[in-house]
Amino acid sequence: MYHKKKEQENLDKNQLLRFSTAGSVDDGKSTLIGRLLYDSKSIFEDQLASIENTSKRKGHETVDLAMFTDGLKEEREQGITIDVAYRYFTTPKRKFIIADTPGHIQYTRNMVTGASTANASIILIDARHGVIEQTKRHSYIASLLQIPHLIVCVNKMDLVDFSEEVYNKILEDYEKISSKLAIQDIQFIPISALKGDNVVNRSENMPWYQGAPLLHTLEHLYIGSDSNRIDARFPVQTVIRPQREGFIDYRGYAGRIASGIFRKGDEVTVLPSGFTSKIKSIDTIDGELNEAFSPMSVSIQLEDDIDVSRGDMLVRSNNKPEPSQEFDVMICWLNNKAPQPRAKYTIMHAANEQKALIKDVIYKIDINTLERTTEDKEFKMNDIGRVTIRTTKPLMIDSYRENKVTGSIILVDDATHETVAAGMIV
Amino acid sequence: MKYYLNYLDELESEAIYILREVWAQFQNPVILFSGGKDSIVVTHLAQKAFYPAKVPFPLMHVDTGHNFPETIKFRDDLIKSLGVQLLVGSVQESIDEGRVAEERGKNASRNFLQITTLLDAIERNKIDCAIGGGRRDEEKSRAKERFFSHRDEFGQWDPKNQRPELWNLLNGKYFQGEHFRAFPISNWTEMDVWNYILRENIAIPSLYFAHEREVIWRDGAWIPNSEFITLDKDEEVTTKKIRFRTLGDITITGGIESDADTLEKIVQEVSTMRMTERGNRADDKRSETAMEDRKKQGYF
Repeated sequence: MYHKKKEQENLDKNQLLRFSTAGSVDDGKSTLIGRLLYDSKSIFEDQLASIENTSKRKGHETVDLAMFTDGLKEEREQGITIDVAYRYFTTPKRKFIIADTPGHIQYTRNMVTGASTANASIILIDARHGVIEQTKRHSYIASLLQIPHLIVCVNKMDLVDFSEEVYNKILEDYEKISSKLAIQDIQFIPISALKGDNVVNRSENMPWYQGAPLLHTLEHLYIGSDSNRIDARFPVQTVIRPQREGFIDYRGYAGRIASGIFRKGDEVTVLPSGFTSKIKSIDTIDGELNEAFSPMSVSIQLEDDIDVSRGDMLVRSNNKPEPSQEFDVMICWLNNKAPQPRAKYTIMHAANEQKALIKDVIYKIDINTLERTTEDKEFKMNDIGRVTIRTTKPLMIDSYRENKVTGSIILVDDATHETVAAGMIV
Repeated sequence: MKYYLNYLDELESEAIYILREVWAQFQNPVILFSGGKDSIVVTHLAQKAFYPAKVPFPLMHVDTGHNFPETIKFRDDLIKSLGVQLLVGSVQESIDEGRVAEERGKNASRNFLQITTLLDAIERNKIDCAIGGGRRDEEKSRAKERFFSHRDEFGQWDPKNQRPELWNLLNGKYFQGEHFRAFPISNWTEMDVWNYILRENIAIPSLYFAHEREVIWRDGAWIPNSEFITLDKDEEVTTKKIRFRTLGDITITGGIESDADTLEKIVQEVSTMRMTERGNRADDKRSETAMEDRKKQGYF
């Protein structure tokens, strides 16, 4: 699978970029996605025809691009988006996955979900309204989830006469927020999703804007240094024991490399047992590999016959995560049912699961002011805050800042089996 | 050595990860196998995920009885070469047992009846996770699917109340009687599937390649002539060079006129295609929400 063939060279270069979009109710998020899909020719004729029909029936003069992102029956009836939807488009440069997260109902829960796998996030600001509370919330969540790239699109520039002054004022206001947040890379683009300015094609109405249109920006975001290539972590998902001819003694540890690079011959430690061994081989159906890196799915054999099972983690012996039973987590509460005092949950972390309880609520974040509050410590749906979690057995954790895979957890309610919280290890 | 994966490798790795999670989290998972390209790709990925062990899942086929003979032969050959078990849920049996009633009229199809047969087969075989080849780009309600998608004790999907899925943490916990559907190739598009089939040189049924066939023009697509089809007065059977973009029940799968008789030509053709692949599926054309309605009741 990782071996190159000549005729595939073109495809070989194409990387995947996952981005999420966030916006308020009427700031044109659906129109923007519709515009990206439409102008990049990712919409099929039968989809277009169906939307033209509906647009006409509703009495719209032009095709309503926002309809491309309508999903469920109820969403179309009410004109709202209920849940994260995923959209796909490809250009000769990249393949894109959009996590389209709704702007109003349960926005935090959905935005956190969409942002959890994103390389980049687009934040939309309505040029007429400028920076509002919602902008602040979205930016905070992007920073909390450590999305490496943020693209702030100032939309509806056509409604403010494509004014550079309006745009600059919004940038100035925005920088007051962003200076308090931890985002590595922020770019600004003035656009009109409705008219198509600076989305796929450069705007003729804003000669004062020297930067690239949105699509070009997305195609050229440098994501090469976003992955952790330092800390080698391999959570074991399952053990492969073929017990068939030719492979009687085969014992491979199957998993997806969470971070870093593993090489044949590396000395590794198995956690939590602490046994050490050397990598005998890194196997795929297409042959052995000399080295493998995240996010490759491989099967690793060790030189020594030691006990390894699901939930264990292979790491390089000179660079280990911290086995911890008590640690602090920034959580986002995802469920209607508030956490009960000392309630027990199943905690899921990198192929491992244990029982856990929320030992202490340290503070909650007021999502409107971004201030910490210690007075109200009750978590409701969409609340964000810092808690201390205690688990029955140690988890091999890293901080989320350093490692998204080994730094993230979810809590599952044992009474309902629902995923009730998402957490980033501090 | 550059330390990044191209998009196909990344999609492949993600799918393998999901298949391994299914194996680790469930007691009795199966692959839903229709003989179509998506379930073939899922089966291929399962081979990769567990190599050098063989595919640890039985294949489950919901047989409408209205099959392309080519599909059945392909299925049986694949089962043999993989050495896995085949489970069949038969719509004909469901009809004979009085569980469902055959539709009548010109556009009668067994598509909808499959839901009962599928859910019965899941229950009878005590399946707790059925792995499908569904993709989010296929259809608007499928765009909302999770990798691990919960079904209640009636096999129903509640799209408004799904478990949030964050990072790569998949929650497959269920109560007795409930089950899951898993969709390892959720993030693939039709084009990705074809590019992958070409790259991996995966065998697919001959129906996907251009061939001469007796067909009837119905609702904007070439429907294959078969013993299961009732002709209208103004319909006539002609012979055309066609191929299929998707495969389903023979009565509802429309072909397109094409000369693409190699994988390379198919990839070329799909990349210039201006209509969605399910545009030729009569099952999706019944209403705006045909897929959503069926999915809520337990469809694939």
